[in-house]
Parts: sequence; structure tokens; C-alpha cells
Amino acid sequence: MSQQRVGFAGAAGALIARDLRLALRRPGDTLQPLGFFLVVTTLFPLSLDPQLSLLRDIAPAALWVGALLSSLLALDLLFREDAQDGTLEQLALCGLPFQGLLLAKTAVHWLLTGLPLVLIAPLAATALGAPYEAMPGILAALLLGSVALSLIGAVGAGLTMSLKRNGSLLALLVLPLAVPVLIFGARATALAIAGEPLAAPLYLLAAIAVLAATLAPLALAAAVRIGLE
Amino acid sequence: MNELTADNLQLWRGEQHVLRGVCIAVAGGQCLQVSGANGTGKTTLLRALCGLVPLEQGRICWRGRDIAEDPAAFHTELNYLGHDNGLKADLTAAENLRYAAALRRRVRPQDIADALVRTGMAEAAGQLLRRLSAGQRRRVALARLTLTGGSLWVLDEPGSNLDTSGQHLLLELIDEHLRVGGAAVVATHQTLDLAGAQLRSMSLQ
Repeated sequence: MSQQRVGFAGAAGALIARDLRLALRRPGDTLQPLGFFLVVTTLFPLSLDPQLSLLRDIAPAALWVGALLSSLLALDLLFREDAQDGTLEQLALCGLPFQGLLLAKTAVHWLLTGLPLVLIAPLAATALGAPYEAMPGILAALLLGSVALSLIGAVGAGLTMSLKRNGSLLALLVLPLAVPVLIFGARATALAIAGEPLAAPLYLLAAIAVLAATLAPLALAAAVRIGLE
Repeated sequence: MNELTADNLQLWRGEQHVLRGVCIAVAGGQCLQVSGANGTGKTTLLRALCGLVPLEQGRICWRGRDIAEDPAAFHTELNYLGHDNGLKADLTAAENLRYAAALRRRVRPQDIADALVRTGMAEAAGQLLRRLSAGQRRRVALARLTLTGGSLWVLDEPGSNLDTSGQHLLLELIDEHLRVGGAAVVATHQTLDLAGAQLRSMSLQ
């Protein structure tokens, strides 16, 4: 039977296709964090004095706090169901690199929750008075930041997946690690809105994303294995 | 030679000493039935045999090699069916089998159809799993078992929720698996009426 074995790429591809199909069957689950982000960020201009300068001052904070909380909200979807219905242990027992499969799952999660957030961010940024010229910078920062947040959050989701009420613990675990992303992301956004060069915080965000992509799979596999015991 | 041996397995769960020096040996063509009252550690033993639960002491060998040395090679030959079916409720029976098989071996669409026919679930192929009854879902899980193969089957209460014909089907599948030289470890309270196969049994206390 050995000649019929599948390679890692084929298995990961099937896993990605499966998760995308599942998300399509229940679009509400993935849309909810996105709606949360949009609501939070657009409520700021409604509750503040309609002065452009004031809005622009708080825009970075509103965008990034919204993105961070929305990513936390989305994390619950990542492993919980798979742990409950036994598909996660099948994944652990299929003989293929577990880290890679979990990374594939995290990639789908980013594709479904992180990327759409980046794509609707211009809408929220416009509501917060960000000028049109600032959009490329804001998008670049959110793109890098959302990748890092998905990877960091996945480790927390893996650690807490077997707990009954895991929301607050998950936040407690993930938020401290996510703070650097928030700081540099908000800084990059502020610089973009002010029309100043924002390469420095973008590089730092990219470094965090790369570091997370390197280390998170290791921690993720270990965390999920503990959860499966 | 397909052979699974475990030697002096020790495992604590908090204050509870669950596995106390368990030793087992199952060879190809043999089925080991694990029985014991509720809470005696049947599921823990089975999960430990799969390598899901790390041991405090003892070792498990597949074909004479410690499974901790090369878990990936062991897992490619292992097929585990636990309490949970390992199927997604929002996928149809056929989709579930397709994605489950994709993790293990190349299968043709015809193989999936055949597995569903074999387990009497051909008509449910296009139905979402959440619309099926618990017994029907178990049958789909059995279809997965036959489809994905593997020379060592580890089954935890495989007969749960199955009707009489389902129980017969289960026995047939195990029997076929043993005939081609496969090994099986089955935790169940039912009497395994295996024809032509060597049944071994052990009881946990």
C-alpha cells in the first residue's frame, strides 16, 4: 500500500479545500469577526466630535484595537470544532508532518478572517478620516500585522481548545504576545496618515510576522498535542 | 511481521494511577479485545497505543521498533477509530471520506462509493452528516476505516450506536482485516464472535 501514500502537499491541499468548503457552508461564523471590526471602527466617528484632525488622531488606535479584538474573536473557530469531532486527532495520526498541517489550517484561517479584514479596512479607515494617500501604508501594515496575529493567536487557540470556557484565558495568553504587533501597527498607520515615511515600523512588523511564521508552528504542534491528550 | 507489543505501561492521570504495568502483544491476524469496567482506562490505553498520550514508563513497539523513535512511520500504518467519528458534521458522507482519505492514501471516487456501499450507506453519500443518525454516522466512520486501510486497527467501542446488522458488518470488517494479516486492538464489552481469527482478550482492572 506504500506506493499509494499521499505526499504532504496533496494532503495539505485537501485540508485547505476542506476548511474552505466548511467555511462556505457556514459563512456566518467567518463573517461575524469581520462585522465586529467594521462596527467598532465606524462607531468611533459617530461618537466623537466630527473634526477631521481628531478622527485622524484616533484612527490608528481604533483600527488596530478593532483588528486585534476581531482576530481574538475569530480564533475560537480555529481548532475547537476539529478537537470536538475527532478530526484533529485523525490529523495528528495520519503520519504526515503535524506542524505543516496545522500551519495549513492557520493559513486558511488567515485567508478567511485576516485577509477580508485587510480588504475592508479602507472602508473603516475612510470613516475615520484617513486620507486616500495613506491607504497603501495602512493596508501594508494590516497585512503584515494580521499574519502575525493569526500565527500568534493560533498557538493560544491550540493551548485552550480543550477547555470549556476558554475566551478569557485565550485573551490572557494571546494579548501580551500581540502587543508588539499593536504598537508597531498603530505607529505605521499613524505615520501613513501623517504622510511620513513608515518603513521602520513596517520592517519591524514584517520581522514579527516572519518570526511568528518560524516559531509558531513548533509551539502550535506542541500545544495541540497537549490539548489532544 | 505486523506485531504490536507493549511492555509495562504506566500512566498517571493526576492522582489516579490509570495504567499499572499493562503488557500486551498482538500479532498480525490477531485481534486483542480489551474489556474492563467503566473508568478502568480502556480509552487511555488505546490512545496511549496510538501515541496520543505520552507514557510515564514502558514502551510500545510496532514490528519490534519503539513507536516513539519514528511515530510518522507507525502512524501511516495505524488506523484509529475513537469515541468521536472524526467526521465533519457540515460535510456530506462522501466528502468526509474523500478528505479523510486524502490524508492517507490515493483513492479513486469508485473506492469511496464502494466503501459506502459496503457499509450500507450508499444512499446517504450526498447527505450532510449532521442529518444522519448516530448509528449512520458510525457506519460512515466504518467506511472511512475500510477506505483508509492500515495494518493496525485500534478501535474504541466501534459498535456503539450500531444496530444488529451494523454489528455483523463490524465483525465482518474486522475478520477481513485479520485475514489479510492485519492486527487489531478493540475495546468493547460485546462478545467478538470472530470466525477463523485468533481472538485474544484482556481485562483492565
